[in-house]
Amino acid sequence: MGISLSNIDKSYKKQIAVRNITFDVNPGELFGLIGPDGAGKTTIFRILATLLLPDNGKATVAGLDIIKDYKAIRNSVGYMPGRFSLYQDLTVEENLNFFATIFGTTIAENYDLIKDIYEQIAPFKDRRAGKLSGGMKQKLALSCALIHKPKVLFLDEPTTGVDPVSRKEFWEMLKRLQKRGITILVSTPYMDEAALCDRIALIQEGEILDIDTPQAIVDKFPKDIYNVKADNMYKLIQTLQRYEHTYSVFPFGEFVHYTDKRVTFKTEELQHYLESSGLNAITIAPTHADIEDAFMELAKK
Amino acid sequence: MKNENVIEVENLTKAFGAFKAVNAISFEVKKGEIFGFLGANGAGKTTAIKMLIGISHPSSGKAKVVDYDVYTQPEAIKRNIGYMSQRFALYDDLTVQENINFFGGIYGLSRKVIREKSKNLLVELGMHEISSKLVGSLPLGWKQKLSFSVALLHEPKIVFLDEPTGGVDPITRRQFWEMIYKAADQGTTIFVTTHYMDEAEYCDRVSIMVEGKIEALDTPKNLKQQFKVTSMNEVFLKLARNIE
Repeated sequence: MGISLSNIDKSYKKQIAVRNITFDVNPGELFGLIGPDGAGKTTIFRILATLLLPDNGKATVAGLDIIKDYKAIRNSVGYMPGRFSLYQDLTVEENLNFFATIFGTTIAENYDLIKDIYEQIAPFKDRRAGKLSGGMKQKLALSCALIHKPKVLFLDEPTTGVDPVSRKEFWEMLKRLQKRGITILVSTPYMDEAALCDRIALIQEGEILDIDTPQAIVDKFPKDIYNVKADNMYKLIQTLQRYEHTYSVFPFGEFVHYTDKRVTFKTEELQHYLESSGLNAITIAPTHADIEDAFMELAKK
Repeated sequence: MKNENVIEVENLTKAFGAFKAVNAISFEVKKGEIFGFLGANGAGKTTAIKMLIGISHPSSGKAKVVDYDVYTQPEAIKRNIGYMSQRFALYDDLTVQENINFFGGIYGLSRKVIREKSKNLLVELGMHEISSKLVGSLPLGWKQKLSFSVALLHEPKIVFLDEPTGGVDPITRRQFWEMIYKAADQGTTIFVTTHYMDEAEYCDRVSIMVEGKIEALDTPKNLKQQFKVTSMNEVFLKLARNIE
């Protein structure tokens, strides 16, 4: 009861939103769509949620066809859109009740599924949704998306603009939901969250760059990569960008990730070049690629 | 040059009824510094920034921004700072050139100055050929880079950046930070909020707000030592409890 997309295209007038999107999400899998704003993530969700017709291609959700079986799909998926989708003028409890009623169920019937999440906002159940903080809104929206016990859950950028602590809590909730057998398709622009998914699709400008486990994607990175550091970050980046042997140079936290064009690369040479350019306190050490390195390399092509 | 303070804050407080959104925060920011202003959602960052940029009146405490008092000279502050956020950046229905002209005009630059500056700016950003395109048609990353340049048009002493890189692709995010480094290198002070903890590492100093108070303020290196961890992400997770 997973998700399957095959050669999905969608354009808005002349603007191509997504092109030739093909991937499968296995039943019970936590699958991540990873890419920046404008990559086409929301278009894919809207097509799968039967809110938008593709121009070409086929897709099924929980074994149901997105065109033929659209009504059945709407009953078996939970969808949490990127923008806050709740009724601002209804209270927390009223929102939840509303969504339960729409789906012909009650809060009590499926309470065990949302208990974990809803308990955190229950003290504010009489507060209007519009008056909640970002983190609480997110928890309420997730509760509403789950209240009819969906087989498949679509989460479009649930953690955008959310601080690292709340993001961590949110991913822990997703892991618990996955254990209950729910298939989850989640999108995020935060590449560090990719590591928390079983498999990911990297997406940019409407096209998929790669699909694999997060580990396999970073293992495929074609170059040796080095952490470089010096006393002046700005000068270090500029100096490396001017170096004739530089293949790529990107700031990564306190280091710069550096790759060299040559097959055989000696750190001493680079050290010497940086020293002669007036940089001090230089360190160069091998490191591993992360998802952002992989994304940037794939996006280049 | 780096020892000159451009922001001085002492016991700055903003109360909404009994709730203190910002509770007696104190800090200084030096000229040319990249100052990271971090905190969980609801920790009070936005309220604090609003007071610093002269659009919200503090309940108590002192604050000086570019030598001007937040109580008595908010208009002078607004003229001497730049501001950009993820939500409000540029007008989508105006072209690139029109946005530059508009914001230049708002900041009181003469037509001649705007013309010269916009020429350089467009060349530097590689946007010369698209200057007559509507901003709404540009990719988010381009918009954010343009928006940052526009915020610097009137050569402010300080620029406030409120989550400037949210949702931006990894390459553009890094190009954006190179622009930040460059501006800081030229003496502009950068006051920046972000949810990307790797970006916290790019800052000269970082403050972390928790429930209205500044709970930590130091260089990323010292903060990591203090909390005995290897990344700013761990510092943040140790410190910021998400109380709602």
